[in-house]
Amino acid sequence: MARAVTPRRKLINTGLAWAIGLLIFFPILWTILTSFKTEAQAIASPPLFLGFDWTLENYGVVMERSNYARFLMNSIIIAGGSTVLGLIVAVPAAWSMAFVPSRRTKDILLWMLSTKMLPAVGVLYPIYLLFIQLGLLDSRAGLVIVMMLINLPIIVWMLYTYFREIPVEILEAARMDGATLKEEVLYILTPMAVPGIASTMLLNFILAWNEAFWTLNLTAVDAAPLTAFIASYSSPEGLFFAKLSAASTMAIAPILILGWFSQKQLVRGLTFGAVK
Amino acid sequence: MATKASRSAARLMMAPAVILLLGWMLVPLIMTLWFSFRTYLPLRGGDQGWTGFDNYVRFVSSSAFWPAVQTTLVIVLGVLVITVCLGILLAILLDQPMWGQGVVRILVIAPFFVMPTVSALVWKNMFMDPVNGLLAHLWRFFGADPISWLSDASLQSIIMIVSWQWLPFATLILLTAIQSLDSEQLEAAEMDGAPVLKRFAYIVLPHLSRAITIVILIQTIFLLAIFAEIFVTTGGAFGTRTLSYLIFQRVLESQNVGLGSAGGVYAIILANIVAIFLMRIVGKNLDN
Repeated sequence: MARAVTPRRKLINTGLAWAIGLLIFFPILWTILTSFKTEAQAIASPPLFLGFDWTLENYGVVMERSNYARFLMNSIIIAGGSTVLGLIVAVPAAWSMAFVPSRRTKDILLWMLSTKMLPAVGVLYPIYLLFIQLGLLDSRAGLVIVMMLINLPIIVWMLYTYFREIPVEILEAARMDGATLKEEVLYILTPMAVPGIASTMLLNFILAWNEAFWTLNLTAVDAAPLTAFIASYSSPEGLFFAKLSAASTMAIAPILILGWFSQKQLVRGLTFGAVK
Repeated sequence: MATKASRSAARLMMAPAVILLLGWMLVPLIMTLWFSFRTYLPLRGGDQGWTGFDNYVRFVSSSAFWPAVQTTLVIVLGVLVITVCLGILLAILLDQPMWGQGVVRILVIAPFFVMPTVSALVWKNMFMDPVNGLLAHLWRFFGADPISWLSDASLQSIIMIVSWQWLPFATLILLTAIQSLDSEQLEAAEMDGAPVLKRFAYIVLPHLSRAITIVILIQTIFLLAIFAEIFVTTGGAFGTRTLSYLIFQRVLESQNVGLGSAGGVYAIILANIVAIFLMRIVGKNLDN
């Protein structure tokens, strides 16, 4: 929304907004900066902002010491696997609700949303117990399933709001021309739905990557993703600020970059289409 | 209109999602309900039979219960007030014409993408550490004694960390809502000489009311369940034990599953009360 304002006011707006923006971003910036310091420089008094000897040492130490690659791999498998699995289940469901709505569609959608509101801690023990009995505790497969289930309502909802924007007339025209259901889905719907599906994937991947209740409680060694890897720094020994920073930077960098592409979808996905 | 064939095909396509979610909801829920009526101590004798409503009574009458309720309320309300108020101001600011708007937006939104364990640990160590934290340096610079944030001002510290994480969410949604505001209306009011505060109170705020309600409801549901932020900072010590955390401790730390499950049922009821309001708004939105 471009309103005409005096240059002076625009300057004030710009200065104020940048100052606040940088203040909010500062903890992240400080973490990234600290990751390039030595441990001694990381706790120097007064604090060093830019005038220090940049080093990559911490990244090396973190990767060597903690088997970082495995945690990263687990995060990718859990977030990626649950996203793909979720889409396989959600695309047909959202498709049918958007294009063949019945009287109960709205109720089903709202009910799905309500499962998302179930507090995790309320069902922690049953899931824990089921995981032990099914041999899923500390397994990637188990986490993929749980992550898929907790995000399934969001995936269905997002896809539903995207699919609803596809004009039904096109589908009707195709049906008139004798397109089968399979052709309809394959040649008309899929190409139009790709952007919506991509956004849904992105947001779901981010949510699963950052999830920290189930990943902390259901993993130990084998399936622990980056959330658990970082949590292991909560009881540190000796100097560790620089190493914590390096580990943190590596854990959040991929998602920060993905996240910046998904700002708009974030609003749609997290408000269930209520704010657009 | 849909044919009978496409209707049954549609039902078939919906089935996997519905069945999976139904299972995900019902199986653990029934198990939690079941456990909540039993004396169940996995490490001390296992399942020792029915106890009626004993667990429910004991959970509420334990000395940890009311402090936990209070802590939960303080954290949820504190974070809501901070994020909604600052979110409105920030949204209005970001909606103004300026240079580099896109970059500022990115800076403001960034904390939302930081995983909870990272933001909690970065704040705990690099900012709130009483010796080497940046805030301690700042305090000393002004000649004040550094504060042991997470032990002496534990609740405020948690509220600060969580607010930092959720401010981007509130800002982003309110900004989206503000951008749909008819700017001509505002300009007309400005021409008529309506002062800034009046324009805010009579035009901007009413326009935002629905978005604010949604922000409050969604955040409440997530805030009632915050876990990692407490787990890696205080571990529930120094008066930061929320209701969720108390249940977690009962179930996994002291392995009193019956008692914890009764607490879980309370938490489910509480979350559902909030959820009903949210669903009403979302449901209304579906109709149009």
